[in-house]
Amino acid sequence: MKIVQDMPPVLSALDRPNSYIGRSVPRPNLARLMQGRGQYVSDVVLPRMAHVAFARSPHAHARIRAIETGRAKSAPGVIAVVTGAELARVMTPWVGVLTHLKGIKSAPQHALAVDRACWRGEAVCAVVARSRAEAEDAIELVEVDYEELAPVTDAETALDPGTPVIHPDLGDNLTFERRHEAGAPDTAFAEADEVVEATFRFGRHTGVTNEPRAVVADWNPGEQRLTVYHGTQAPHMMQNLFAKHLALEEHQVRVITKDVGGSFGIKVHTYADEMATVALSKLLKRPVKFVADRIESFVTDIHARDHRVQARVAVKRDGTITAFEIDDLTGIGPYSVYPRTSGIEANQVVNLTGGPYTCPNYRALARVVFQNKNVMCQYRAVGHPIATAVTEGLVDLAAMRIGMDPVEIRRRNLIADDAYPTSGPSGIRFEQLSHHASLDKVLAMMDYRALRAEQARLREKGVHRGIGLASFIEVTNPSAAFYGVGGARISSQDGVTIRLDAQGAIICHTGVTEQGQGAEAVIAQVAASAFGVPIARVRVVTGDTDNTPYGGGTWASRAAGIGGEAAWQAGKALRANVLAVAGSILQAAPESLDIRNGTVIDRETGRERIGLDEVARVAYFRPDTLPPGFQAELMATRHYVPRAWPFAFTNGIQASLLEVDVETGFITLLKHWCVEDCGTVINPQLVDEQVRGGVVQGLGAVLFEHCLYDERGQLLNGNMADYLVPMACEMPDIAVGHVVSPTADSELGAKGAGEAGTAGAPACVMNAVNDALAPLGAATITEMPITPSVVLRALGRV
Amino acid sequence: MSPHLVDIRLTVNGEPVNERVEARKTLVDFLRDDLGLTGSHIGCEHGVCGACTVRVDGVVVRGCLMLAAQCDGARVETIEGVSDTGEIADLQEAFEKRNALQCGYCTPGMLLTAQELLARGGVPDRSAIREHLAGNYCRCTGYHAIVDAVESVAETRSKG
Repeated sequence: MKIVQDMPPVLSALDRPNSYIGRSVPRPNLARLMQGRGQYVSDVVLPRMAHVAFARSPHAHARIRAIETGRAKSAPGVIAVVTGAELARVMTPWVGVLTHLKGIKSAPQHALAVDRACWRGEAVCAVVARSRAEAEDAIELVEVDYEELAPVTDAETALDPGTPVIHPDLGDNLTFERRHEAGAPDTAFAEADEVVEATFRFGRHTGVTNEPRAVVADWNPGEQRLTVYHGTQAPHMMQNLFAKHLALEEHQVRVITKDVGGSFGIKVHTYADEMATVALSKLLKRPVKFVADRIESFVTDIHARDHRVQARVAVKRDGTITAFEIDDLTGIGPYSVYPRTSGIEANQVVNLTGGPYTCPNYRALARVVFQNKNVMCQYRAVGHPIATAVTEGLVDLAAMRIGMDPVEIRRRNLIADDAYPTSGPSGIRFEQLSHHASLDKVLAMMDYRALRAEQARLREKGVHRGIGLASFIEVTNPSAAFYGVGGARISSQDGVTIRLDAQGAIICHTGVTEQGQGAEAVIAQVAASAFGVPIARVRVVTGDTDNTPYGGGTWASRAAGIGGEAAWQAGKALRANVLAVAGSILQAAPESLDIRNGTVIDRETGRERIGLDEVARVAYFRPDTLPPGFQAELMATRHYVPRAWPFAFTNGIQASLLEVDVETGFITLLKHWCVEDCGTVINPQLVDEQVRGGVVQGLGAVLFEHCLYDERGQLLNGNMADYLVPMACEMPDIAVGHVVSPTADSELGAKGAGEAGTAGAPACVMNAVNDALAPLGAATITEMPITPSVVLRALGRV
Repeated sequence: MSPHLVDIRLTVNGEPVNERVEARKTLVDFLRDDLGLTGSHIGCEHGVCGACTVRVDGVVVRGCLMLAAQCDGARVETIEGVSDTGEIADLQEAFEKRNALQCGYCTPGMLLTAQELLARGGVPDRSAIREHLAGNYCRCTGYHAIVDAVESVAETRSKG
């Protein structure tokens, strides 16, 4: 049965008695979610709570001449109708720039559009009513007089002199540009045996979280406090932003995040309609709830990707890759998203392209431009799928050109496993990766030779199978280098506080957040192991800025690696504190004691000395019996942030086996493999499921998901029937393997794993499709999603 | 606009319910907003994602495609009721053991849909399980773990 097979034993260096590190412990929060007893923001109801709906611009670009709200105000159940100009008196606008992205610029963005709407779907007027239905009824009565303006929709022409400038004050439509050069690319291209060029196109897509964005804001004038129930990945970041733009102090704002119905990077940004909801609560002095409906999600949840990359690779006939060059263009909508900016994805494409390989010569240009479409920003595996598809696509094209097997060209160019520490051509630094071990492992798992033989046999019968590979690197455990150095108040450090309760159980409070990935389980496992209690005696509290250490939350695959290390250190610290109390009670040296399975023992003999419940009883209720001057401290806090490396890079490789129906262009995914190296594996099952879930989001990107816009900036498929996401029936089984190279930056040694799947899946499927079609003389496919019509076009059939 | 109101009598998770509802109110809105049964979720409101899956007179339906007014006289079961009766306890245990949910938002609907397949008996193969669950979208797991969990319960149940 698969349930057993999916829990491979992964050895750990963290050799504590009764360690949970490396064990597939079930998550503590699953039972209530399965019983319908979760507490999502959509479920939150407060006394006096009102609901908001928004009138949204039907035009991609339009001046707002006037807004007539009289009829809406007198509609049944309506409490208030508020325009952008009115709300701007309560909430200040924001600008999504960071100082370390040199030259990035954007325009002030308001919670509700003032004077001008810049994309179809931008909120221009709010109606607050007793129910969402009544608010929506009244929205129909809001009359907005628009003057349509010329929309800028094509990124390719956004910088042309004849194209209107969306924000005239900025001078042009260029958000951000980065140029990078390493080694001597011109020489390398001139001296290459072959140069292969291609233009890669990545469709715009979005996260489609099953629970849409949701927020309940509750301004209490009596307390002068704002409580925000928010489906977010970063409660402390949002606390700062709500306070800043409402002219409050941070201690006046409490952000509570309970269950979140999917995030994937969608819920880590500032959304104008959520900011408007918070401002409306302040204005109306009562709780206001906003839950995006599905069309609102499609036109306002951040979009991602939408890159056009012209790229080339230089290769020697012996397979040595000598240069990469890319020219990346991406359109990010009318505003750089606050506070992380919309320059990060292109920046990551520059950082990551060519990353798995030894090739020293590299030239990159990335340009980010404004356009009148929904905003784009960081979504799971930011930049990775693009850089990986470009790199791995070029590597396969180079192999094909020189007649070399895709495995062989990778063997010859992947950075050697004993070459670390080293750095990539963009300057990124690698502590310890395992490309070759990962390649060997995936080839063994898939039985590469047998698959090639089967492929050849089936080809003779007119069955066209493809096998694709994609090596990748992944940014995890970010330090302040990601956002903090650029001036964003986004914490890269995180903390865990552990308290011994009066019966000997422990309560862990942490700044990392649970989005379903299993952060609570990981914190519990690590704390239980470090301190010495059964995991059933650990409770984890997340998602409350009043009750957790200051921290960054969940993004960039940081929760396990950074939050986990803080839990490890806090667990050790509390153990020392408890043993000091126990030593005092037992008249024993604390160093001679340890805690195992909830009991204080003699470290040498393992003999049980005193239960934690008894230690707690004495410390809390009979401290008078402890020696004079001795103070028990049964709560410990530790923080952690990576310092030795700006990022803990991980690596891995994915492989895809698929079949292409050359008559219909349909692609059937038969099997998928991923080997990844996230360092110490705290919970093998959770890592595997992060990989699988991530892979399927990558499979959605490469085959189905696409936000289709027309030339006037109208989204054509903003519903779940027309915007395709992966369904159970079309997804393959996904085999996951591990290589373990712990980071030495932390005692735990764990790196992140949340984005590996999404990073590599599109590239290996693209390579597999081309592998299937190449013998038929098809044109190489370098665009995503690879729909049936793309396949048929490549085959010259349409 | 004056709302059209309809009186309905039904049972929800075995309890009798008499309510006056707006004619336009969907079943899932009624369950969530009027009865506080928030285990049924709203994902797309147009019958695609399956987050609002409930049972009406024993049949799995989309709570967003049915009006509360249509449920007069019906027997409605939600994840809360099906959990309390223990009907799917083995399936829930398998989901937990296999980590077949992450954010959990699709899970109530997924469980009810899987139970519909399992109730037919036998051990469906993996592609049959995938086909049956195709109308319930999960964005977190990639489905593999869900298929494993359902398959394992089918095997266990078939051994009786």
